Amino acid sequence: MTDLLDLPLPDVASAVQRGETTAEAVTLASLARIERDADLGAFLHVAKDAAVAAARQVDEKRRRGEPLGKLAGVPIGIKDALCTKDAPTTCASKILVRKRPGAAPDPADGFRPPYDATVVARLRAADAVLVGKTNMDEFAMGSSNENSAFGNVRNPWDRSRTPGGSSGGSAACVAARLVSGSLGSDTGGSIRQPAGLTGIVGVKPTYGRVSRYGLVAFASSLDQVGPFAADARSAARILEVIAGHDPRDSTSSDLPVGAYEAACDRPLEKLRVGVPEEYFAEGLDADVSASVRAAIDALAAEGASLTKVSMPHTRYGLATYYIVATAEASSNLARFDGVRFGLREEAAGADLQQMYAATRGAGFGPEVKRRIMLGTYALAAGYYDAYYKKAQQVRTLIKQDFDRAFSNVDVLLTPISPTPAFELGEKTEDPVTMYLSDVYTLPASLAGVCALSVPCAATPARADRPELPVGLQVIAPAFAEERLFQVAAAWERLSPFRGRAPARAS
Amino acid sequence: MAISREDVLHVAKLARLDLTEAEVTRMVKDLGSILEHVAELSQVDTSSVTPTAYVAVTAAPFRPDAVEPGVPRDVALAEAARHADGGFAVPAFVDDG
Repeated sequence: MTDLLDLPLPDVASAVQRGETTAEAVTLASLARIERDADLGAFLHVAKDAAVAAARQVDEKRRRGEPLGKLAGVPIGIKDALCTKDAPTTCASKILVRKRPGAAPDPADGFRPPYDATVVARLRAADAVLVGKTNMDEFAMGSSNENSAFGNVRNPWDRSRTPGGSSGGSAACVAARLVSGSLGSDTGGSIRQPAGLTGIVGVKPTYGRVSRYGLVAFASSLDQVGPFAADARSAARILEVIAGHDPRDSTSSDLPVGAYEAACDRPLEKLRVGVPEEYFAEGLDADVSASVRAAIDALAAEGASLTKVSMPHTRYGLATYYIVATAEASSNLARFDGVRFGLREEAAGADLQQMYAATRGAGFGPEVKRRIMLGTYALAAGYYDAYYKKAQQVRTLIKQDFDRAFSNVDVLLTPISPTPAFELGEKTEDPVTMYLSDVYTLPASLAGVCALSVPCAATPARADRPELPVGLQVIAPAFAEERLFQVAAAWERLSPFRGRAPARAS
Repeated sequence: MAISREDVLHVAKLARLDLTEAEVTRMVKDLGSILEHVAELSQVDTSSVTPTAYVAVTAAPFRPDAVEPGVPRDVALAEAARHADGGFAVPAFVDDG
């Protein structure tokens, strides 16, 4: 029974649908694993009672002979940036947690949203079981999960290393097989980079493919919700459930949702693959480079045709992103002011402005403060043209790089991250060093296209590091998610990483 | 590009963000180093380039102009640190400008 969690997600749903097991049994197995691996720090809140109750409802539905949804009884983790009606939502920030005299801030005292995010409602409607809220970098700002106000997440491959960020908890809980899948959010790489560093599949859908209603906003022109799962087909199943138009998000597209699971069976023949040389430049770890190139060559041997492409503005992705995203964040995070929800710091005699500044000063962590400051600076009178407008113009050039590339090729293949998972504490001193770990994921976010990370190998063990997963990034044009799954699944059939999972904690 | 202590204090005021002395010092250093990196954007010729604010958004769609139920008042107030008389309670404020 517990072994079900080691199988692909569609197998879990089928077993529940056929009555070979119950949603309750799968849920209890998942909860037991979450408890066993509590040291990973993957969850901020485990919704034990609600999960068991939801599972029983699924089982009851089956007993009544009603057809079950595509995620029947499947345990799913939800990034704590997504609103959930029955569980606290904190974005791993103290500012969304009410203060209790004499006690340290506890996510259990977090904001209780009056509604579910659309993606959460869709998971429930498909009979998934939401087991808890996953840890993350505060307000999704970070690349290592070390910016959580409630402790970092550990990488299940090596607990002294980062799982990546910002959706580190959502990645770690899938990598350790505590759940069958999870949801994260990706603004500049926050799904793809942790998926790469933990050896699982993570998908950033096209901007507009998935509703953002109920996702706490970081950078509204970049944010997308997407799935994590151990393999491409499992991730495809989740994306089919959460994608589609939502009247509550005017930026969500009404284009029909693709057949992502079916795309996993499509052969690669004649697929035109572009390899952008700028993604293999200075700073790329030699083991990562070798693994990614080997995967690309293997796909060529399967019938894909390779073309070298040039995307000359790639190097400006980092600078462009850190202006655009922080400018949008400084405006979005203005809502955290102590008035309607969360923390309030109100000294006796303080006026309204003092209350705002005191609340925000006490509630936000260092990285969030840094980004609010940078964004406010970039939007301030006198700097707007030099920074914000300039960055938006370079964003146009980055998008044109993708348009040009996709006029000749169907997908692009690149590394996900310049290095495998780094040590906790290794990059916390200098913000730019940390930002550089997202250098390969930022351009696709700025262009609004879709991309995923699929594990391609484990680096050889060395004296200074054990075997660690390496991610391959597949990038496709807007709304061509089917191609992502076609390539990822074809690669999984060849991959030396197939079937690999981290050793279980004793 | 260097950013001064005065710049940091000014921006913190605009952002309604109290910073401790240590945070101000660290912010001068960190923002300076980030802005130094960002300065490379000035190398790019963008004289005839249209800015991109959003991608893949074609037009704002219309919805039917129909009344739908909103969030009930007690639910909306439930998470506030203070509320009074059916509204959010905040410190008294007077514009002294």
